[in-house]
Amino acid sequence: MSDLNTSMVEKYRNNFLKEVEAHVEEGEWVKMCMQCGVCSGSCPLGPHWEHPPQELFMMIRAGKREEVLSSESMWMCTSCYNCIVRCPRELPITHIMHGLAHYATRLGIEPKGQPTRQFAQLFWDNLAKNGRVNELWLGVNLYFMNGLVEGIKVAMGMAGIGLGMLKAGRLSLKELVGGHTVKDKKGFKAMIKKAQELEAARVDK
Amino acid sequence: MSDIVATNQTILVVGGGISGMTAALEAAEVGKQVIVIEKTPSVGGRVTKLYKYFPKLCFPTCGQEINQRRMAANRNITVLTMAEVTELSGEAGNYSATVKISPRYVNDNCTACGACAEVVESEFDDEHNYNMSKRKGAYLPHNLAMPKRYVIDPALIGTDEATKAKEACPFNAIDLDMQEETIELKAGAVVWATGWRPFDANKIQPYGYDRFDNVITSVEFERMMDPFGPTGGKLVRPSDGKEAKNVAFIQCAGSRDRNYLRHCSRICCMASLKQSTYVTEKYGDEANVSIYYIDIRAIDRFEDFYQKVQDNENVTFIKSKVANIVENHENNNPVLKGVNTEGYHRYENEHDLVVLAVGMEPSVAKDEFPIELKLNDEGFIENDEANGGVFAAGCSADALDVNRAVQSATASALRAIQVVNRVAQAEG
Repeated sequence: MSDLNTSMVEKYRNNFLKEVEAHVEEGEWVKMCMQCGVCSGSCPLGPHWEHPPQELFMMIRAGKREEVLSSESMWMCTSCYNCIVRCPRELPITHIMHGLAHYATRLGIEPKGQPTRQFAQLFWDNLAKNGRVNELWLGVNLYFMNGLVEGIKVAMGMAGIGLGMLKAGRLSLKELVGGHTVKDKKGFKAMIKKAQELEAARVDK
Repeated sequence: MSDIVATNQTILVVGGGISGMTAALEAAEVGKQVIVIEKTPSVGGRVTKLYKYFPKLCFPTCGQEINQRRMAANRNITVLTMAEVTELSGEAGNYSATVKISPRYVNDNCTACGACAEVVESEFDDEHNYNMSKRKGAYLPHNLAMPKRYVIDPALIGTDEATKAKEACPFNAIDLDMQEETIELKAGAVVWATGWRPFDANKIQPYGYDRFDNVITSVEFERMMDPFGPTGGKLVRPSDGKEAKNVAFIQCAGSRDRNYLRHCSRICCMASLKQSTYVTEKYGDEANVSIYYIDIRAIDRFEDFYQKVQDNENVTFIKSKVANIVENHENNNPVLKGVNTEGYHRYENEHDLVVLAVGMEPSVAKDEFPIELKLNDEGFIENDEANGGVFAAGCSADALDVNRAVQSATASALRAIQVVNRVAQAEG
């Protein structure tokens, strides 16, 4: 467990809802949930969640900190926004799910080996490098996420699609070396750095 | 219509539903002059469309008859039907209203014998049955209609059928040359009692009211129980006319939802609990009712009624706002999907018929009032001094059941009486 996690446990002992309100993006909405269940019923991935959104909200209020933050549930959200559209109280549920996942990651207690989380990390690392997504490397990294043998198998399976994309000009081999970047890479890095500082200040407050 | 006498001591009641009738009677019975303006051809409003009242499960026709007798016996009340207030200006003690009266094409010779309806063949959607059935082009709005006079549909005017109807009338009651009239009325105070309308269920896209025959609204379900209603008193499915024994009620259909109506409509919980007894009344132990709810709001003494329904083994309560409805194409059964939040169980339940317990919204939209009034966010009229001598009664003031609407109407009648009393004192 990280130091941040220990200090947060200390600070918000027995009041997980307050912690969520203070540190999770859109967390101040959680108390507005009236437990109607329309979000859980509307979620296309609903059957695959261990705890659907309205259950997570109840768990937050019940102070089940460990169970919520280490849960895989909010990582299942695909941002389809069905829940936000239908929520009778207009809770930004999708954003809260991502906020919870992000907060858990920051505290270092997110579920390890969760594929959505791994992909999100790969995507971010890839994007943060040049300010543009390098699709070739993102694909390669994704294929080899679960080891060399598995990676070769997946890559072989996708070879047809890859060649087709090359032919159609949707994929460039030039991306293997360097790849395209934003015009002002230095400015981009400075911007990200500042954003991270602001974010850290908000979470650590 | 020039024989209507209205002064600054007259109370104008806009709307002739249960609230308007009550306010008019309360004021008239203490000697005040009252004019009731009713938009439809008969008074009584939505109460005339109900099968039973909760919680006593008595028939509204009973109280309606009493009110109609009181009105008929009272010389202080003038009722204008098919009339609308188009303009209203002035202040407490001194209002003038412009009233548009649409032609009924039937004068007061009418004895409601029905000879005109026999010769007319054209049919139109029957408003009294929420367009679930048809009525003739010459019609009595419903059996208890007051005034008990027929109406000729304006679409008939200029056709052979209208002439046929006129010729068929043994009392010379049909006047096809009647024209729209506009009159000016004075009034000291106004009781605004235009009531409510059911929320448009088509807007609740995931429930498919517009797509699935067997998804209906609570007001339509209520009409089915009327022996003279669209189904002759049978509880059946609109798609195939089969008996609807497995019935689901969806609460808060439009209410308590920031996407639709933000307020709790207050009547729908009790309405569904009441309607669950209709299913058991018709089908006894074969009835199978499911009520999907967020929380049941059976306020104060209604709790007893709620407990009685809970004790019924044929009624199941499912704590869940239904996520969406799809249709089983083989039998047209609606299939309800969602999560039961008591235990977080995912369900996919098939029913014969689904009833949406639709919410109440004010029947006059915020920007349609003929005079500026202080409204709340939901469009109900506030009890505010800024409204001068205009007082809301019943569902114009808030989402209310009949009992509370009548209380509200009595209160507004008293407020109106106070205004005209002040005028009377000033005028000596």
